[in-house]
Amino acid sequence: MRFDSLLDSVGQTPLVGLPRLSPSPDVRLWAKLEDRNPTGSVKDRAALAMITAAEKDGLLRPGCTILEPTSGNTGISLAMAARLKGYRLVCVMPENTSSERRQLLRMWGVEIVGSPAEGGSNEAVRVAKVLAGEHPDWVMLYQYGNPANALAHEESTGPEILADLPEVTHVVAGLGTTGTLMGVGRFFRAAKPSVRIVAAEPRYGELVYGLRNLDEGFVPELYDESLIDNRFSVGPRDAVRRVRELLDCEGIFAGISTGAILHAALGQAAKAVEAKERADIAFIVCDGGWKYLSTGAYEGTVDDAEERLEGQLWA
Amino acid sequence: MAIEVKVPTILRTYTAGEKAVSGAGGTLGEVLDDLETRHAGIKGRVVDGEDLRRFVNVYVNDEDVRFTGGLGTDVKDGDTVVILPAVAGG
Repeated sequence: MRFDSLLDSVGQTPLVGLPRLSPSPDVRLWAKLEDRNPTGSVKDRAALAMITAAEKDGLLRPGCTILEPTSGNTGISLAMAARLKGYRLVCVMPENTSSERRQLLRMWGVEIVGSPAEGGSNEAVRVAKVLAGEHPDWVMLYQYGNPANALAHEESTGPEILADLPEVTHVVAGLGTTGTLMGVGRFFRAAKPSVRIVAAEPRYGELVYGLRNLDEGFVPELYDESLIDNRFSVGPRDAVRRVRELLDCEGIFAGISTGAILHAALGQAAKAVEAKERADIAFIVCDGGWKYLSTGAYEGTVDDAEERLEGQLWA
Repeated sequence: MAIEVKVPTILRTYTAGEKAVSGAGGTLGEVLDDLETRHAGIKGRVVDGEDLRRFVNVYVNDEDVRFTGGLGTDVKDGDTVVILPAVAGG
């Protein structure tokens, strides 16, 4: 496949079958390999779409500074696009994210502003909003509320899945900004409403939920619960167990959040087997495992890995 | 056997610091009513009128109850209820 530039190569990722993890010929799992995007994650789709939309709206002009709260992948995707298009990028990132993510951002010339580990991404969003107020000339793309984030998935991820797997019955993806699920959900609600849209949400350690007040919780502005059918909370133990199974059984080396998504996908598969129903379950492989090696999730016992992930933003 | 309810840090003022307490009932709403009899005030932090508060998520056996009938979600002995504040990802 030939493209005019790296930016043009975003999307059109492979959908691969998982013959060993699929429970039966009637209940099959399919992995959408989003790690095959230019910077190695599903976020390339949203980042490019948000930048393109902001350029079209006249918000972004060459030399502009982009500001974004991110736990990593969105920042890395924006960094690549910003470098190629000539923007400066400032990312607000929680302190409890892996060192690989920080190194990658710095390599791309991103200025990183740390936010407190307590409260996780909620705090990054809060700090970014303060910075945006102090620098009215900076452009905050704001992945949590930017319709271009979800639209990227409505126009590309969803249609790609349906084209490759017309018999699809379920799509399972991670819930962070909610962009992937909102876009894919909106696409399937119109194109094939029988498809069940399933969310897997990472459940972190207590530190991340250490908010002072319940009213300081955060629901992304993009989120519309009518676009999903089930939502599961997956802890680090199940995520680690599944991400290792994915490598052991199918040879796919994925990031930890993909383990959480696979866990929810296997749950749907088990339900289909029990109900004696056919199912073709597509799930998103958000990224590869490379950026998470230092978390300790990939070596030692599952108990060790679970302990090491305590307090980290592993998804 | 009873229903185990895991309580987030910010609500432990109602449970004398306990991370998990046990409850009884056939639905999530009944379990919260039962908790309220021993941990007065906790229910009002989770529920607003007939619904869950906007920034609170409740899971029964890891599934978000907003998709399984809300406060009417069936629970049985041995189930685990997790209460968490809503957080961002990405």
